[in-house]
Amino acid sequence: MALDTVATAAANPTTEQPWRELGLKEDEYARIKEILGRRPTSSELAMYSVMWSEHCSYKSSKVHLKQFGEKAPKSDALLVGIGENAGVVDIGQGYAVTFKIESHNHPSFVEPYQGAATGVGGIVRDILTMGARPIAIMDPLRFGPADAVDTRRVLPGIIAGVGGYGNCLGLPNIGGEIVFDETYAGNPLVNALCVGVMRHEDIKLATAHGTGNLVVLFGAKTGGDGIGGVSVLASETFASGKAAKRPSVQVGDPFAEKVLIECSLEIFAEDLVIGIQDLGGAGLSCATSELASAGSGGMAIQLEKVPLRDPSLSPEEILMSESQERMCAIIEPSKLSRFMKICKKWDVTATVIGEVTDGEHLHITFNGELIVDVPPRTVAHDGPVYNRPIAKPAYLDSLKPVTLPAISNPKEIKAALLQLISSPNIADKSWVTDQYDRYVQGNSVLSQPEDSGMVRIDEQTHLGVAISTDANARWSYLDPYNGAKLALLESCRNIATTGAKPLAVTNCLNFGSPEDPGVMWQFSETVRGLADICLEMGLPVTGGNVSFYNQTGAVAILPTPVIGVLGVIQDVRTRTKMGLPAAGLEIFQLGNTDDNFSGSEYAHLHGQIGDHAPTPDIDAEIRLVNLLLEAQQFFQSAHDISDGGLAAALTETVLKNSVGATIELIEQYIPGGLTAGLFAETPGRVLIAVDPVNIEEVRALSNKYNVPMHRIGKSGGSALVINGESIELTELRRAHTETFAKLFN
Amino acid sequence: MRIGVVTFPGSLDDSSALRAIRLAGGTPVPLFHASDDLKEVEAVVLPGGFSYGDYLRCGAISRFAPIMASIIVAAEHGFPVLGICNGFQILCESHLLPGALTRNQDLHFVCTDQALIVENTDTPWTNGYAKGDRIIVPIKNGEGSFQAGADTLKQLEDDGRIVLRYVDKNPNGSQHDIAGISNARGNVVGVMPHPEQAIELLTGPSEDGLTFFTSVLHTMVGR
Amino acid sequence: MATIIVEVMLKPEILDPQGQAVASALPRLGFTFAKSVRQGKRFEIIVDGEPTAAQLAEVENAAEKLLSNPVIETYVVRVEK
Repeated sequence: MALDTVATAAANPTTEQPWRELGLKEDEYARIKEILGRRPTSSELAMYSVMWSEHCSYKSSKVHLKQFGEKAPKSDALLVGIGENAGVVDIGQGYAVTFKIESHNHPSFVEPYQGAATGVGGIVRDILTMGARPIAIMDPLRFGPADAVDTRRVLPGIIAGVGGYGNCLGLPNIGGEIVFDETYAGNPLVNALCVGVMRHEDIKLATAHGTGNLVVLFGAKTGGDGIGGVSVLASETFASGKAAKRPSVQVGDPFAEKVLIECSLEIFAEDLVIGIQDLGGAGLSCATSELASAGSGGMAIQLEKVPLRDPSLSPEEILMSESQERMCAIIEPSKLSRFMKICKKWDVTATVIGEVTDGEHLHITFNGELIVDVPPRTVAHDGPVYNRPIAKPAYLDSLKPVTLPAISNPKEIKAALLQLISSPNIADKSWVTDQYDRYVQGNSVLSQPEDSGMVRIDEQTHLGVAISTDANARWSYLDPYNGAKLALLESCRNIATTGAKPLAVTNCLNFGSPEDPGVMWQFSETVRGLADICLEMGLPVTGGNVSFYNQTGAVAILPTPVIGVLGVIQDVRTRTKMGLPAAGLEIFQLGNTDDNFSGSEYAHLHGQIGDHAPTPDIDAEIRLVNLLLEAQQFFQSAHDISDGGLAAALTETVLKNSVGATIELIEQYIPGGLTAGLFAETPGRVLIAVDPVNIEEVRALSNKYNVPMHRIGKSGGSALVINGESIELTELRRAHTETFAKLFN
Repeated sequence: MRIGVVTFPGSLDDSSALRAIRLAGGTPVPLFHASDDLKEVEAVVLPGGFSYGDYLRCGAISRFAPIMASIIVAAEHGFPVLGICNGFQILCESHLLPGALTRNQDLHFVCTDQALIVENTDTPWTNGYAKGDRIIVPIKNGEGSFQAGADTLKQLEDDGRIVLRYVDKNPNGSQHDIAGISNARGNVVGVMPHPEQAIELLTGPSEDGLTFFTSVLHTMVGR
Repeated sequence: MATIIVEVMLKPEILDPQGQAVASALPRLGFTFAKSVRQGKRFEIIVDGEPTAAQLAEVENAAEKLLSNPVIETYVVRVEK
């Protein structure tokens, strides 16, 4: 096929182009022609189509996401905000931390191993791009029913992919979630979070400025990965609608990424780059247009210089390729030789592919012929913005309250508890997490199943960070506004339970189709709730990710806003763990239980979802967090009470170190009685164990912060005894740990 | 007391091994695969990781690194070498240790706190333990199943060259529950578990692994 | 141009969990023909022209030294046209 140059495009304005096949709408195509004053070349069309896609342009979500800016709390901690590859916060002592969560849902359904692996690879490069050393990852995952045939295909592949890539990179996997629900069948959610650390002065940005500075592509060679739909442009017979020839699956090479990390960090340490951007979705199209538009605008690229793994790629495909493990840097010519020397040391291919120019256009040539001539901002940032129709979904009017048989005798307690803790959502997840390296780097202070993951930042000062990710999609389904708030509050509680102070927020918003007004309502309510709660809690949003179109036919997934909260702990040696460490400790529940079972796992087991999410008591949550932070020194253990209620929290607390407990719940003090006491998921509660000598101090603090503190039992023995009914820890352990092996071995 | 840790492309636990040497009281010295310079170290650790992505076979490519040529010569003269996980695999590929490490029996990568018995305390890396000590050290590997011919296994057993053995459970299908072995002279030791990740209660399941590093320091002083 | 093939297999006495996994998956899919399965590796080495005896000897040497681990694996070298 002849090269479609700018000159050809100008001379042949009426050539038919496959804009519709590339996912553009008619008015979008018209807008491109208006911007350029001519029809786009096929390379330009490829660039616009992918950069204006939902995934890259946030065209359906933008109008809502701007609330994060409008409602942003004043924060001294925020060093780099939304818009860069990842936000950066100040954690003190000259350290800056960057963290972000992203989705890789659709690719992981198509090819579970590679989809999940490249999801990890992508988020790690985002963190690296900020100038940071990646120090930990987490992976919130969601699947269809655990016993569904397709889950058995998807889950083991995704777990192996997360592990295969992350383990090989040397990043400890310190937390995440695994949740099963019918709506995720066909729409598994693979979200990946990475956190990295650097000194303040080492922060890097994605910008290209300084005429004459060089554009260097380094890392893996470019192949046909992830081109998929764009192949229509390369196909000589696109007009006849022939199917794409190129694969849409990207294949990851974690070893290449590991050396790319070490190579990049050495380059950063010598301050050799002006700007840097990783190549992820939309590949070179995205990297060049974003770098140029963040700088002065001018850039000239010689596309034939891009090293290829597959020499048959057309220029359009080179621009679109999503081959993994590549980075693009802007460097001064005087620093090139040093840059190249470091790349050679790590056996990393690096090639000068262009330079920063003094114009305001991005020019891309292929063997001397001009094939792209665009104002880069129009590609990177001036995509369409949609105000999609919003309508409160009808299902909300037909919700029914939860009706459950009340538990009255001890035998029923035992049966219900064993059923709950062996259900896939509550069961022990070590079948999964034992496939992840949680020790590498030697700084993991806490990892799953602890309430938050915690990593030591400085060995001398003992400074550390904690991270937790949470979502309760069933509450979001019942009430997306409060669901988002509750997820963030739970995440903060998890952070504080381990002894760290919440500092900043990231999010990954997973939803169905934005073209469905009901889904769009869920989305807009979620964003409103999240922006409000961040303001109320004084926590800045540092960045996030939106994933739409997670639906099969008319059935959308539960609205799933996954919230990640980062906290700081001044001395990691003071962290609190979840497991009872010894016998003879007094056990208390902080916070009150109510009788709302809506959205709880217990109701889910009985096939019900209920009719209303809890209303968050933000003032009470803030007081609880403050109490946890101040009283932490007196806690022998602490564990958030959430999914599965007190029953699940007790199970995890006693099994951790095989120290039993005797619990006495006083039925008349709990609205909803014993059933609620054990299985309700009332937010704002924490299970703590205290040495008898410290009870008065803790009680005084709970009075100070006005947090209810209920004594519910004592640690010791080899059983969990609840109101006289004894479950031996061996039996409890078997029920809790056998589920995953039975399902997936 | 200078102890080296080699970084190969894809090494991951090199920084942890350097930390373990420091906490044990030694002077950690980073070494790079592409140089044959041992920088006057008195012992060397080949750390865990996925050198060269574990492509081809674990350790198969690293074995030909310039630094390995120096290490192989030194090891033949009694220089203490400890290979951990990927380092163990490199030592087997280098024929400094017999046998090979193959895919875990259940095909999964496994990361767990593993109970072990220290059996051979006549090596520079384990002389701080008492024979029969039970220790808890993390393992984390996908190809940790030790395999060797019957003659080799018999010789390892007869000569008391099994350094560590898995107890309670065998996590990867290793023959004879072997978790670590030494060469005939005892100076070269390869272990699948990660002693460098069991040096602080803050970050590991125990401090049991530190003795590997204090042992070698005492050995040097005793010379 | 010719292709020199090197096939590397685990020795029969060495445990092959990957082969075993395939062997147990086959009957689940209704394929009942397999008594056992072993999984190996295949290298395709492209050379210019007809491979010479000296070239083949070199490949043999590389197969012995790098491509296989003689402790657990065997190899065969052949030429494919």
